[in-house]
This record gives sequence, C-alpha cells and structure tokens, in this order.
Amino acid sequence: MAARSSLTSTRKRRVARFHRKNLPKVQLVGKPSGMEAQGLFKTVAVQSVKKSVSAGQVLLGDEAVALGAVHAGVTASYAYPGTPSTEILEFLIRHYKREGGPKASWCANEKTAYEEALGVSMMGRRALVAMKHVGLNVAADPFMNSAIVSIHGGLVVVVADDPGMHSSQNEQDSRYLADFARVPCLEPANQQEAYDMTRQAFELSERFQVPVVVRLVTRLAHSRAVVRPQAPDEVGLLEKPVERNSWILLPAFARKQWRALLDRQPEIRRFAEESSFNRFYTGPENSGPRLGVLTTGVARNYYLENLPDLEFQPTHLHIGAYPAPAAKIQQLMESVEEVLVLEEGYPFLENQIRGLLPPHLPIHGKLTGALPLDGELNPDLVRKALGLPERPAVDLGDRPEVARPPQLCQGCPHSVAYAAIQEALASYPMPLVASDIGCYTLGALPPYSAIESCVCMGASIGMAKGAADAGLHPALAVIGDSTFLHSGVTPLMDAVAEDADITVLILDNETVAMTGSQPTILPSQGLRDLVQGLGVDPEHFHWLEAHPKQKGELTELLKREIAHRGLSVIVTGRECLEKAKLRKRAEKAAQQAQQGRQEV
Amino acid sequence: MKFDILLAGVGGQGILSIASIVANGAMHKGLFVKQSEVHGMSQRGGAVVANLRMADQPIHSDLIPAHEADMILSLELLESLRYLEFLKPSGILLTSSARVVNVPNYPPEDDLRRRVDQVPHHCLVDADALAKQAGNHLASNMVMVGAASHWLPLGLEEMEGEMAAAFSRKGEKVVQTNLKAFALGREAASWTPA
Ligand SMILES: Cc1ncc(C[n+]2csc(CCOP(=O)(O)OP(=O)(O)O)c2C)c(N)n1
Ligand code: SF4
Repeated sequence: MAARSSLTSTRKRRVARFHRKNLPKVQLVGKPSGMEAQGLFKTVAVQSVKKSVSAGQVLLGDEAVALGAVHAGVTASYAYPGTPSTEILEFLIRHYKREGGPKASWCANEKTAYEEALGVSMMGRRALVAMKHVGLNVAADPFMNSAIVSIHGGLVVVVADDPGMHSSQNEQDSRYLADFARVPCLEPANQQEAYDMTRQAFELSERFQVPVVVRLVTRLAHSRAVVRPQAPDEVGLLEKPVERNSWILLPAFARKQWRALLDRQPEIRRFAEESSFNRFYTGPENSGPRLGVLTTGVARNYYLENLPDLEFQPTHLHIGAYPAPAAKIQQLMESVEEVLVLEEGYPFLENQIRGLLPPHLPIHGKLTGALPLDGELNPDLVRKALGLPERPAVDLGDRPEVARPPQLCQGCPHSVAYAAIQEALASYPMPLVASDIGCYTLGALPPYSAIESCVCMGASIGMAKGAADAGLHPALAVIGDSTFLHSGVTPLMDAVAEDADITVLILDNETVAMTGSQPTILPSQGLRDLVQGLGVDPEHFHWLEAHPKQKGELTELLKREIAHRGLSVIVTGRECLEKAKLRKRAEKAAQQAQQGRQEV
Repeated sequence: MKFDILLAGVGGQGILSIASIVANGAMHKGLFVKQSEVHGMSQRGGAVVANLRMADQPIHSDLIPAHEADMILSLELLESLRYLEFLKPSGILLTSSARVVNVPNYPPEDDLRRRVDQVPHHCLVDADALAKQAGNHLASNMVMVGAASHWLPLGLEEMEGEMAAAFSRKGEKVVQTNLKAFALGREAASWTPA
C-alpha cells in the first residue's frame, strides 16, 4: 500500500546524542523544554534566556528564516544564490562553520539543491531549500513531484519573490506554484513571522507529509528588525520511510499517492481556516462604513501604516497561510458592502475570490486598477487605494533627471572580454552575442553595449545554437562561470553533439559575483576539465587570462575561432576584484588571529 | 516619537555602515527599529537607498511613506536630490558634497549645490576633507553620522559608544580616527538651525 500513513501526530522526535554539536547555541528565549528539560542543553539555555528575553536579535527577514530553521532542528540546508534569498544560506553557512552543524551548503543549481533536501527528508530528518522565485522554475520538477511522495522529515521550500524586479528578470508570484502543487504556503509579513512561520512550516510538512512553501518578498527578505526566538526543537532520528512505495512514483504507486494528496486537501484547508496567521484584526461585527480590507503578507504593513489616518475602521482580515481560508473570507464578504484586496505580487487572492463570474459585491484591487498590476507595493500606493489624500508636502524645487544604473567595477575582468568581442566582431554585418545572467550582463549597457540577450540561467548557449541553426553567423554565447555550471553544461552537450557553429565564451572570475561573491561550485581547473570532458575539440578549446594586456591576443583568438565553422569554447580567467578584496580581508584576519594566538 | 531617515548614496559607498550604527544606538535605547536595505544588482556603482525608521511604538511599514522622512542623509551630491519627495516639509536634507562622477551626463556641481540650497532645511558637509583631516579618507561615513547627530533621537555618548563598539575589532587607532571624524562632522553641522 502506497498511501500515506496516518497523520495523527507529528512524528515522535528524540535527541540523537551524536547530534548534539548540531544543536543551536544561539540565544534562546522561553521555558526550557525538550532537550533542555532532559538536561542536555542546560548551560546554554540558562545563560541565554537571561541575555535575550528583552533584547531579541536584529535580523534580516532572510536571517529570521534561517534562525527559524536552526531552531526547528533542521539537519541540512541547501541553495543556489539568488537575490533576495541569498542571505538565508549565508547565515546558515556561517552558523555551520562556527558551530559545526547543522549542515548548510551551496549547490550547482536549485534543482540539485532541492533534490539534496529531498534526500534528507526521505531519511526522516528536517531539510530546508532556499531560492529566489525563478529558482523554483529550475526546481519545478522535483518540487511538483515531491508533493506526491509522502514527505518524511519536514521539507521547507523558502522562495523569495522580487516584486519590482530589484534584481531579477521577472516578478512571478510563487503562491501560484504552491497552489499548483497543492501544498500549503505561509507568507510572513514581518521578521518575527518569518521566524515563527519557518518553524511551523516544518511541523506542517510532517503533519501533512508534503513540502511546505514559505514565500518571502524582497522588502521583507532585506529588511531588519528585532526577532524574539523561542526554545528550539529537537533533531529527528535517522529513519527510512515505512512505506517504501510512497517514494517510488511508478504510475501504479503515483496514482495512489496523487489520490492521497487530493484526499488530504480538506485537512490542509481546515488547518488554514483555523490558523492564527489568518485572522480578523477588526472583526466582522465591526460597525462603520461597510468596507472590508483583505491583506496578505507585507501589504498588511502598508495598510496599518495608513490606518490611523482613516476616519473609520474597515473590517480587516489578514491572510498569511494558504490555501486561502474560504469560510473566513466568506464571513468578511457577508458583513461588508465593498472589499479592497491588498497583496504583494500578482492578484492571486483577488483572482480566487473573484472567480469566473461577476462577484455579488464590488471587489477592488489590482484587477480593477485600484493598485497597479506591476511593481512593488508601498505605503503611498495603498494610501491612494484607501481613498486617503496625499500627505502634506512643500515644493522643493525641480531636480536633475539623471539615472545612475549599476555598472561593472573599474578594472573588472569582464570588461576585457567585452572590449575584445567588440573588436573581433567589428567586420561582421550581423553577428549575435547571446548572453546570460550575472555581473557580466552589465555589458549590455554603454560603454560596451556588447550583448544582446539575457533570458534565464544558461540560455545563451542554446540560443546561440538556435541562431546558428536558423542560419546566422557568427553566433556567440557569453556566459559566467557559475551560470555555466548552473545550466550551461547541458546545452553545451547539445552543441558538442552537433559540432554547432558557435563560439562560446566562459567568463571565469572564480566566484558568483552578482550575488555577493559566493564560491563557484567547481574551481577553475574543474570547470576546464569538465568542458574538455564533454568532448569539445581540444584544437578549439582555449584558456586565456582576462588581463588588459591580453586584450589583443584575445581579439585575435576570437577572430580565428569565429572563422572556424564549428564549436569553439574559450575560457577567460581572472579573479573578480570584489572577491579578491574579500579574500585578502579574510586572509589578513586569519593572519591576525594566528599572530594573536602566538603572542598568547 | 518617530524618526525616519532615508539614506542615499552610490553602491559601494557604505550607507549600510551608517544605518547599522544609528540603528544599534536606537535599539539599545529601547526604540523600535526597522531598516530596509538594498542588496544585489543595484549595488554595483548604481544609485542605492536604504530606509531607517525609529520610533517608540511598533513600526509597520519597512518603507518610509512619501513626505514623511525627517531626514535625507546622503553620501553623494547628486544622490541627495533623487528622493526629495520623501522629505517632510520640516525635514532636513543632509548631504556630503562628495561627487561620484560615473555617468556621462553628470550635472555641473554648481547646479547641484544651487538645488540643494533651494531645500528649506539643508546642510552640506565636505565629508571627504574632514575625513582626511581626521586621518583616513574612508571615515567620511562617520563624518556624516557626526553631522546627523544634531537631529538624531540619540544622545552623544550613546552614539560614540556605538561607534567605539563597531570599530573596536579593528584596533584603537581606527576607533580614534572615526571618533575624530564624528566630532568634525558634528562641528561642521553645528551652525545649522535644528
Ligand atoms: C534560476 C536563477 N537562479 C539564480 C539567479 C540569480 N543569479 C543571477 S546571475 C547569478 C550568478 C552569476 O554568477 P556568474 O555566472 O559566475 O557571473 P558573475 O556575476 O560572477 O559575473 C545568480 C546567482 C537567477 N537569476 N536565476
Ligand atoms: S563584482 Fe567582480 S565581476 Fe562584478 S563587476 Fe565587480 S569586478 Fe566585475
């Protein structure tokens, strides 16, 4: 039988002694329970309760999620960097290095990260995987299918959306994907909720045997406030799933698992209906003009910011846990004459409430133009939607309209490659330089204006091949080292298989620069060995230092390889300047520490 | 009590080090604090902005509403003018006169200074020169914290304590340089009516 086993209680958790070093030693608040009660954790608890009851900790939204995971007894966490989610793993990796556990590591991409987390869960232990919104597209295959297996140790999928596209190619809303997979989604409005919801997400994941999504947005991920932590949970035992077939998605078993997931929906909906994350701030019994306000996530902050200026109290229902609680929403709708829906991202909830047919009372929101369909919310947009006048202002004069876009650092190794490309292509009437995502995408802007596409991680190589297949010559692909290792290897295999008439330039700056200098998953030599191992003709595979002195040589090499009507791969290597700075700073600190030790 | 600061600058100038010192001071004083930052793409030499909100009551929005900021604190002349719509009528525009000229259409300096002059409450500080005078050109951020200290809801000793704590890891000399930078900045802004 492959169906889910009984869900009556959260799995029994015991402390495995060898796991003690994995236990959080950060400040804790609250009554000792679990481990402390068993005397395993006494010293830390006693010291820290005193320290942090009043103080709490100042954390980014991302860090609050990370601390929540540590306190939930997570065994391992995985991610590929991506703004605005990067700081989740940065926190966990720092914690891992300092404390020796729980494990936390960067991965090649979001799909591999997801699958590693899934393996931890299968072994009965808690796992977290974090990514930016578009990362869930890459991990969509394991995500959708892991909703059908019987999740064992809690699996929490933290997805950080980027409304307003501060650092992204789109502003897709991950609530749709959680809904698509039929799994619960929690959406914190502040740092404390980010912490609390992450902890609850693990518990829900085990209770319903599904992955649980925690949806962040940039504004919360990258904003700091005080978080008051609670006593930590225990770490689960290592154990394989009892129902073997519940993890084997052969059609015969998968059908049963899918049915079981569908059968579980009423229970999941009941949880959302009863969740304290979905609650009336001002109740349906509220008297006053009959406006109902529905907020989700951070939109609540912008509403509460403006509330003191309203002359009446709308009936206010906030939603932080999905699936949306239908009964509570109905209760709201029955007690008011008009509804305003405030949500960050797409009009997800507004769409659901509206349904297909005309609603029986006016619903205002993004679909009616009360709020814009695109971009990020802010207190002023919400103010306008509430019908409040602008705040008083004085004329402070006009001001210069001078944009200051981001740009490559002075002396960035990428600039050498772009200068060479421009020269090498000067004589061709219609070349294509397909590119990808990273610092090097800034080569699209003046003074280089050297690249012509940036779509999704790894797309440059496949697109250059497509352009060549369409009849274009020369077709170049320009891709960063980390982007290549994330999603460029498989399209390069396609190119090798057909000896496609393209020239691929891999810009190896020995780091993931765009997101703040995380390590690439393979060192430079490993990357080069990998490319050669794919079967690229050694005569058309080259490595060159990306130094200004080498520009002439790189230009000549590019000209030769562009003239070659088959696949060529050129790796240009030189350390990113920012990474070099960080490396030297770390080396200096290590040296000072060493000296300090010797003096002692 | 509520004090909202919009911090402006160019990616790499380190507006966050200012934010963190002020935010820590406010927190230790028992105030509620929210600090919204910019990470990622926009950091590379582009315009950056951070919101720092302090109050004696819970703060809801991470973002400062339009016409609500008590202070715009800018590390760069052109950037000081980019977010004027956030300044409240009685708010102060406090900016370093430093210029980061990394765009071809960067306006003439006189033009920028004239526009800063049009803002009813403003204060221009030659932070780079004062930082050099203090002993390190990198201390211009602390010059600006010193200049801002006239308006911040924090005591002088509290501020100095935060700075000493922030720089103590780097040794006594760095602490002293930054405290000096702070003092010079405070002095430079002292003529401005608060
Ligand atoms: C699916 C997906 N994951 C993550 C990102 C975020 N992201 C964009 S570029 C990049 C890394 C770029 O590194 P690299 O290719 O080495 O270029 P560099 O920035 O170092 O020039 C990351 C992590 C994204 N846009 N899409
Ligand atoms: S951070 Fe590194 S890769 Fe990015 S622009 Fe600067 S030097 Fe170039």
